[in-house]
Amino acid sequence: MAILEVQELSKRFGDVEVLRKINCSLEAGEALSIIGSSGSGKTTLLRCLNFLETPDAGRVLVRGETVFDAAEPKKPSEAALRRRRLHFGLVFQSFNLFPQYTALENVRLAGLLLAKERPDFREKRKEILTELNERAMFLLTDMGLADRAGHYPHQLSGGQQQRVAIARALALEPDILCFDEPTSALDPELTGEVLRVIRSLAEQRTTMIIVTHEMAFARDVADRAIFMDGGRVVEEGPARELIDHPQEERTRQFLSRYGALS
Amino acid sequence: MLATVLGALNQGFLKTLQLFGVTLLGAIPLGLIISFGSMTRFRPLRWLTRTVVWIVRGTPLMLQLIIIYYVPGQIMDSSPWPMGENGRFLASAIAFIFNYACYFSEIFRGGIEGVPRGQREAGQVLGMTRSQIFFRVELMQMVKRIMPPISNEIITLVKDTSLARIIAYEELIKAGYDFLKGSHGYSGLLWPLFFTGVYYLLFSGLLTILFNRTERRLDYFKV
Repeated sequence: MAILEVQELSKRFGDVEVLRKINCSLEAGEALSIIGSSGSGKTTLLRCLNFLETPDAGRVLVRGETVFDAAEPKKPSEAALRRRRLHFGLVFQSFNLFPQYTALENVRLAGLLLAKERPDFREKRKEILTELNERAMFLLTDMGLADRAGHYPHQLSGGQQQRVAIARALALEPDILCFDEPTSALDPELTGEVLRVIRSLAEQRTTMIIVTHEMAFARDVADRAIFMDGGRVVEEGPARELIDHPQEERTRQFLSRYGALS
Repeated sequence: MLATVLGALNQGFLKTLQLFGVTLLGAIPLGLIISFGSMTRFRPLRWLTRTVVWIVRGTPLMLQLIIIYYVPGQIMDSSPWPMGENGRFLASAIAFIFNYACYFSEIFRGGIEGVPRGQREAGQVLGMTRSQIFFRVELMQMVKRIMPPISNEIITLVKDTSLARIIAYEELIKAGYDFLKGSHGYSGLLWPLFFTGVYYLLFSGLLTILFNRTERRLDYFKV
């Protein structure tokens, strides 16, 4: 069964139809890249999956369970919404680290707040805290940032900040990790370190959706790719095939502008 | 003579401090509530709040003091304020709290709206509740942003307390001025009035040091 199924998802901002009946699905362990020009709706799609925007129509299913249904008559409670949210993780274009916390605290915070709601938190406080610290430290080490754990975001480079943000998203073990143009805000010489981290996540079969403008990266790292234009999925297929041999004229035009077609 | 004057000025300064302290204690929480009112998505409440803030910020505090102290007595049969100094303190405190809450609310609003939207969104996707996002993520950034304008406003409040003299609240300036008009057996004494400046200077100097320290303690992160 697909881990994620998006059915007929639509969203409009005023008169603009940003998403028009989007259908797509994702298997566990699969990396999907979404490409398309600015304004094609790819970021909005990610934001809808992460409940930052409310779609006007359509459904989202995770492991067969409905997590969003526009036809649902009443809004879910805050508690229910939080549980559904935790299926997804999101890495933002602009990192959005919390500036008043160190790298380690950024990674640990959400897990700590969730742990505090556990009925056994008081008794097991020490063990839980040690566990959270170790997990956060492990993730930062994985990102090559072990020596930066005590640094505040403003003391880190953009590439380092984005890697902390990736560790923070991974800390809650989401089923599906989403990347919204993770390298667009970075200086060119810093994109490599972030792309390397995402590549190694793909090698570990992390289920991911990556919105990106890095065509070579989208082709090499993702299993499948989607090309979006004007709020529609124009073309979908294995990443390498779609980017090297697009079938649709619009995909071809888009990719040739990026110099991705030889 | 010196002992008499200093004694009277100390008395006045104590009253100034009382008004100052009570205003801060009341205006900060009330200002926060008003700032939420001025940002609410419920339009009638937002307009009402912003109109009230406009009126309070757009008229002199001295006029507000006079209105709050005298007008209720004109409308009702007798003044609702307790007799004497207690009534004057109460009326002053209410006028000051309301006035300063409106100024604070605008500063708070700027502080809250100044926190980038991405901070809240990052908290949301990490499964935080609204109150966790406010207290764990936004509040510290907001405090850091508003420290300079709030410090400024609080220093202004130190000196604004002297406006309560208009309804004869016996604060520091009034205590000094009384020696000119005649009190404690002296009249025509000008220097006690001038000397009150020393109290204001020392007190605002102390506050400035305190605020600088607080700002420095928030220097460990950048927003």
